[in-house]
Amino acid sequence: MRPTLSAAFWLLAIIASVVASFAYLQLDFISLVSSDSRVQMLDYATSFFPPNTSPAWLSKLWQGSLETLAISAIGTLLAALFGGAFSLLAAGRLGGIAKAICRLLLNALRSVPELVWAALMVLAAGLGPFAGTLAIALHTTGVLGRLFAEALENTPPEPANALRAAGASATTAFLYGTLPGVIPQWLAYTLYRWENNIRMAAVLGFVGAGGLGQMLHVTLSLFQQSKAMSVILAMLVMVLVVDALSGWLRARLG
Amino acid sequence: MSSRARWQDPAATPRALLTLALLILLWPGLQLTEFRPQILFNAQNREVMGRFLAGFWPPETSMEFLLLLGRATLETLAMATAGLVLALLLAIPLSLIATRALSISKLLSGTPSWAGRFLRYPVRLVLVVLRSIPEIVWALLFVRAVGLGPTAGVLAIAITYSGMLGKVYAEIYESVDPQPTRALLQSGSSRLAAFLYGVLPNAAQELTSYTLYRWECAVRASVIMGFVGAGGLGQMIDLSIRMFAGGEVVSILLTFLLLVLVADQISLQLRRRLA
Repeated sequence: MRPTLSAAFWLLAIIASVVASFAYLQLDFISLVSSDSRVQMLDYATSFFPPNTSPAWLSKLWQGSLETLAISAIGTLLAALFGGAFSLLAAGRLGGIAKAICRLLLNALRSVPELVWAALMVLAAGLGPFAGTLAIALHTTGVLGRLFAEALENTPPEPANALRAAGASATTAFLYGTLPGVIPQWLAYTLYRWENNIRMAAVLGFVGAGGLGQMLHVTLSLFQQSKAMSVILAMLVMVLVVDALSGWLRARLG
Repeated sequence: MSSRARWQDPAATPRALLTLALLILLWPGLQLTEFRPQILFNAQNREVMGRFLAGFWPPETSMEFLLLLGRATLETLAMATAGLVLALLLAIPLSLIATRALSISKLLSGTPSWAGRFLRYPVRLVLVVLRSIPEIVWALLFVRAVGLGPTAGVLAIAITYSGMLGKVYAEIYESVDPQPTRALLQSGSSRLAAFLYGVLPNAAQELTSYTLYRWECAVRASVIMGFVGAGGLGQMIDLSIRMFAGGEVVSILLTFLLLVLVADQISLQLRRRLA
């Protein structure tokens, strides 16, 4: 009886908080579905069709998609490089103090969302794709640094120890004893984050950080809905292609 | 010299070539992203950023600001909750249509009937489209359709998350033990009854825990949503960044971290109590 009672209590609590949420937001759904605004919204929705498919715009879209891909790729690559460097510290290879400081830094990098980084980087580097690249790099460094460090901690120490015992320097022992063990995992993590970052790079442009997002933001602000529709379709295609590719790769590589 | 050569890495040349090839491949990417790190250090940008960073400490803690912050935090939580509830309203019926677990024709002949597939595939396609467009794009569109404020954020979450929940729910229905459902369907019960008494008891735990996980994601998403004008903490961060109010940015970011931690805890506790 008691578990049922407590479940009932929690269910009631959830219902209460749902009701409170709706009340707090004062969502005006009635005026939203009133005939007046319904006509307005329908007008707005139909203005998106048909999507603009003029060759000039399509080639711009192609450019934008390439830019988005480049932002995500370069950002992820930078993150992998820095993440790799930081992971050595975060795995405690160079002492306890460095480990603590580095973990704090990685946590901080990771907990700030990409879009916030992008807004900050637009200030530091100006509008454009470079800000987006930096934003992706900063957030992903936090994520990858931590994952890389975990991989380092879990890799067996014997090969490196054997090399050290045979007289190799610490660097050589790391390069030929430890690194080969973690590289496949590091690569897998990096590719997985790249997949996420492609999706992210497509929307970072909303704060002015280049790519398809910036095109969408600009066209919507200029009330060019049919152009905006083709940007959305391009984003959709990109997400679906990346999904399919990564699914296929994962099935192949196991 | 000869002893050094003997110890050289035999794979050195291919590795060097691979690295070179990657670097060449990378070049157009660097061009496209206008990769110019020196921009960060030119005098003007450095001054702007320096002034901004100097403002980061101490965090803004005036009573007035904290009150505003508290209100935005509640708004963010409420947006996530309301959005998820609306998403559920859409996702549950869609998942019931999309799932193969309740197909009577499949039970009788082994393969689902044409009519059933004809109904299921379009619904699956709708679910794919709903979840494949990022929530912030929906938010941007809704801000223009219904105006600035949390309504746009709630609708955006409702749409994207109904796609995600609908797909995963349908998969969960198919993954539980099919025997009870089959027995019910074969003895002539309606599909809804077969779902309620055959699928739901087995799937409830997984459904609850996935829904709670999505609620956590929705909290994070509603923070971001504000950047396009959909209310909540994001809108505050955006404004503060634009006004170069470093102290405010830090306070809001700390609040955001706290909010994410609290949301994780709430969902963990609920999962323990309910699932």
